[in-house]
Amino acid sequence: MSDITAGSAIREPYRHGQSGAHGHGLFPATGHGKGGPASKFVTVAYGFWIFLLSDIIMFSAFFASFAVLSQATAGGPTGKELFELNRIAAQTGLLLTSSFTGGLATLATHRRSIAATQFWLLVTGLLGAAFLFLEVQEFATMAHENAGPSRSAFLSAFFALVGCHGTHVGLGLLWLGTMMAQLWVKGFRPDLLRRLHCFALFWHALDIIWIAIFTLVYLLGASP
Amino acid sequence: MLGKLDWSAIPFDQPIPLGAALIVFLAAVAVLIWVTVKGYWPYLWHEWITSVDHKRIGVMYIVLAALMLFRGFVDAVMMRTQQVLAIHGPGYLPPEHYDQVFSAHGTIMIFFAAMPFVIGLMNFAVPLQLGIRDVAFPTLNSVSFWLTATGALLVNISLVVGEFARTGWLPYAPLSETTYSPGVGVDYYLWSIQISGVGTLLTGVNLATTILKMRAPGMGYLHMPMFCWTSLASNLLIVAAFPILTATLAMLTLDRYLGFHFFTNEAGGNQMMFMNLIWAWGHPEVYILVLPAFGIYSEIFSTFSSKPLFGYRSMVAATLFICIVSFMVWLHHFFTMGAGADVNAAFGIATSVIAVGTGVKIYNWLFTMYGGRVRFDTPMLWSLAFVTTFIIGGMTGVLLAVPPADFMLHNSLFLVAHFHNVIISGVLFAGFAGFTYWFPKAFGFRLHEGWGKAAFWFTLAGYVLVFVPLYIVGLLGMTRRLQHIDMDLWTPWLIVAAIGIAVMIVGAACQVAQLIVSIRHRDELRDETGDPWDGRTLEWSTSSPPPFFNYARLPYVENEEPYWTLKQRALDGQAPAEDEAYEPVEMPRNSPTGFVAAFFATLIGFALIWHIWWLAIVGFLGAYATFVVFAWREHGDYEIPADEVERIDRDGKAAQLAWISRRERVA
Repeated sequence: MSDITAGSAIREPYRHGQSGAHGHGLFPATGHGKGGPASKFVTVAYGFWIFLLSDIIMFSAFFASFAVLSQATAGGPTGKELFELNRIAAQTGLLLTSSFTGGLATLATHRRSIAATQFWLLVTGLLGAAFLFLEVQEFATMAHENAGPSRSAFLSAFFALVGCHGTHVGLGLLWLGTMMAQLWVKGFRPDLLRRLHCFALFWHALDIIWIAIFTLVYLLGASP
Repeated sequence: MLGKLDWSAIPFDQPIPLGAALIVFLAAVAVLIWVTVKGYWPYLWHEWITSVDHKRIGVMYIVLAALMLFRGFVDAVMMRTQQVLAIHGPGYLPPEHYDQVFSAHGTIMIFFAAMPFVIGLMNFAVPLQLGIRDVAFPTLNSVSFWLTATGALLVNISLVVGEFARTGWLPYAPLSETTYSPGVGVDYYLWSIQISGVGTLLTGVNLATTILKMRAPGMGYLHMPMFCWTSLASNLLIVAAFPILTATLAMLTLDRYLGFHFFTNEAGGNQMMFMNLIWAWGHPEVYILVLPAFGIYSEIFSTFSSKPLFGYRSMVAATLFICIVSFMVWLHHFFTMGAGADVNAAFGIATSVIAVGTGVKIYNWLFTMYGGRVRFDTPMLWSLAFVTTFIIGGMTGVLLAVPPADFMLHNSLFLVAHFHNVIISGVLFAGFAGFTYWFPKAFGFRLHEGWGKAAFWFTLAGYVLVFVPLYIVGLLGMTRRLQHIDMDLWTPWLIVAAIGIAVMIVGAACQVAQLIVSIRHRDELRDETGDPWDGRTLEWSTSSPPPFFNYARLPYVENEEPYWTLKQRALDGQAPAEDEAYEPVEMPRNSPTGFVAAFFATLIGFALIWHIWWLAIVGFLGAYATFVVFAWREHGDYEIPADEVERIDRDGKAAQLAWISRRERVA
C-alpha cells in the first residue's frame, strides 16, 4: 500500500483538508491522531472497511437466524439429506482461488502493469462466476426436489443466508466488470486505484464469510 | 402492467385521508408554481439539490425533519382527540384508520423526524467542529440524504395511494405477515424504511470515518468537542445496529414476497426471533438518537455557563460506556415474552446499569453550571427543561427495568408516557436547542428570542400536560393504542391530555412564528462576529455563514476549546498570528448523483410495493447507470485559487477581526 500512496500522481494533496498520509504532509504527526486529516487513499480504504464491518454484522444476523431455525425442518428434508459436499468443496476451492488471483491482481496494480492487472482480474471474475454457477445449480436442484425456501423455516434461513452471500458475489462481479472497463478506458487513475483496493477488501471479506458458511452451514449440517 | 395498483387504492370513501392528501398535494403544487414563477429552479438545483456541501445537506436534513415532525404531530393530535371523542362512542377515526395513524406516527417520528433532525445537526456541526472542509465522502453524503427523503416520500404517498401499516411502528410478526396483513401497508413500511435505512447506514460510515480520520491537525481524540465524541459513538452504533434492521426487514420481506418462513406461524417460523432481532437494532437506535443530543446539551451547558465542560474525560467514558452497554439491554422490550426469570433478571440489571452512564452525564452538566455565569438564552432553556424532565423519564425507565413491575406496566400508557418523556426531552428538545444554537452559524442571523422563549414555554407546558396524565392512566390500567374507551375512571385525565396537546399546538405555532419573524427581521438579528454566543469550539471561529470551504487554512488545535483559547490570548494582548500566505483549496464538485439515485430508488420502492416488476427492473438499471456515470466522471474536485480563497476569507473575517480588536481595546 505504501507504494500506492507514494506515487506522485496519486499522493494528490487535494488539499481537501488532506495533508498526506501519516504525517508526510504539512504537519508532523505527533501520535494520538494529531497529524491532521489522513490522505484520501487511507480515508477511502478506512471508510470502506467500516462499511464491510457493517456488512459482516448483517451477515451475522442471517447466521443467527440460521442457528435458531436450523432444526426447524417442519418434517421436510434436513441438511444431511440435501447437501452435496463434493459440490461445496469445489465451490470453496473456486472462491478461495479467486481470492488468491485477486491478490495477484493487487500485486500487478502495485507494479502498475495494466495488462497483468486486467488478466488477473479476469481470472478472479471467471472463478467467481464459476462459483456462482455451481451455487445457482445447487439452488435449482433443491427447488426442483421440493426443497425450496417455502418448504420449511430451516430452508428459508438456508436460502437467505447462502443467497445473500451469492448476491454479494454477483454484485461484486458487476463491480469488477465495470472497473475493468474503466481501467481499459482510463488507465490507473487515482480514484480507480482506490476502488481496486476497496474491491480487494470486499472480495477477501466475502471469502471470510464463505468460510463461516462452509463450516457452520454445510459441514455442521452434513455431519451426523 | 400496474401490478396490484388500480383505482381502488385511492380512498375516495374516506374523507379524512383524502382531504389531508388533497391539502398536502395542493400545497406542494403551490410551492412548485411559486418556485417556477420566481425562477428559483436553477438556484435550487445548483445550490441545494446537487450540493455536496455538508452544511447545505445538514440544512436540508433539518428541513425534511421539520416537515415530517409536523406530519407526525398531526397524527399525535388525531390520536389525542380521538381518545377524548371516543369515550363511550366511536369517535371520528374508524379502527382501521386509527391503527394506521398510530403506526405512521411512530414510524415518522423516529425514522423521518428524529433521525434526520439529529443527522442534520451532526452533518452541519461535526466537520466545522473538527476544523475541516467537508465530510470524508461528500457525494455519498448527498446520496444518504436523498435516500432518506425517498423513504419519507413513500410513507407520505401511502396516505393517498393504498394504505399504511396497521401493525404499530415495529411490524411485529406474525401480525405483519401476509396472512394477517394482506394489503400494501406493511410493504410501504418495509420499503420506505429499507431505503432510508441504507441512507442512514451510509451516513454512519461517512461520519465515523470523518471523525476518526479527518480531524484538524493537532486534534487528538481527547481534544475533540463533546458533540463530536457523542456523534462518533452514535455513528458507530449506526454502523453496528442498522445492518441488523436491514437483515430483519429483509427476512420479513422474503416472508411476504417469496413465501419464506422466518416468522410465520407455519413450517417452523419463529415469531420470537423477530422480536429479538428488531430490538437488537431498536434499543441501540434509542441511543443513536440520544447520544448526539447529549453532545448538543454538553456544548450548550458549557457555552452558556461560560465554563469548560465539567468532567470532560468522564463524559467521554460515560458516552462510550452507553455505546457498548446499549447492545446488552434489548430484551427489556419484551420481558413478558417469557424468556425466564434468570434471563429477565440479567437484562433488567443491565438496563439499570446503563442509567449510571446517563447519571454521570447529568452530574457533569449540573457541575458545569455550578459557579458559572449562566445565561438564559433559548438554547439554555431547552437544556434546563431537558435536565429536569429527563430525570423523571429516566427514573420511570429504571422502574420499568424491574421485570415484575414491567409485567404490570407492559404496553400500558405508562410505558408510552415513559418513552415520550425521554425522547421528547432527550431528542426533540436537543433538536430545538441545537437548531437555535447553530442557526446563526448556518444563516448569519439569530432567531428571535421572544418567540423562541414563547415556543419553549408553551411546548414545555403542553408536554407536561400531555404526558403526566398518561403516566397516571397507565397506572390506572389503560393499555396503549386504544381506538375507543369505556372506562370513566380515565376520562378526566384524557381530557387534560387533550388540553395539553392544544397547548403544544400553540408552541408549534410559536416556532413557525419565530422563523418567520426572524427572517423578516434578519438585518436586526444579523451576527457579524461569527460568534454570537461567546462560543468555545472551532465552528465559532469562522464567519457566519461560513465560506463553502469552512476554513481558509486548517486550524491547529492544542486543546478541546481551541477558539476560547484564541480569544483569551487576544484578551491578553496577543493578537492572532498573521500567518503564512493563502494556499489554493481543493473542493468536491457538486453532483446530481444523490438526487438521481433517489429518484430511481423511489421508482424501485413504489414498484416493489405494488408488484410492478418491470418498473422495478427499470429502477435498478437506472440506479446502476447512475453509479457508472458517477464512477466515470473525469474530475471529482476543483481548485479554488489562493487569491480567491484570500478574498473570501478576508471578506468573511473583516467584521470578526474588527470585533476582536474592539474587545482588545476594552481589555
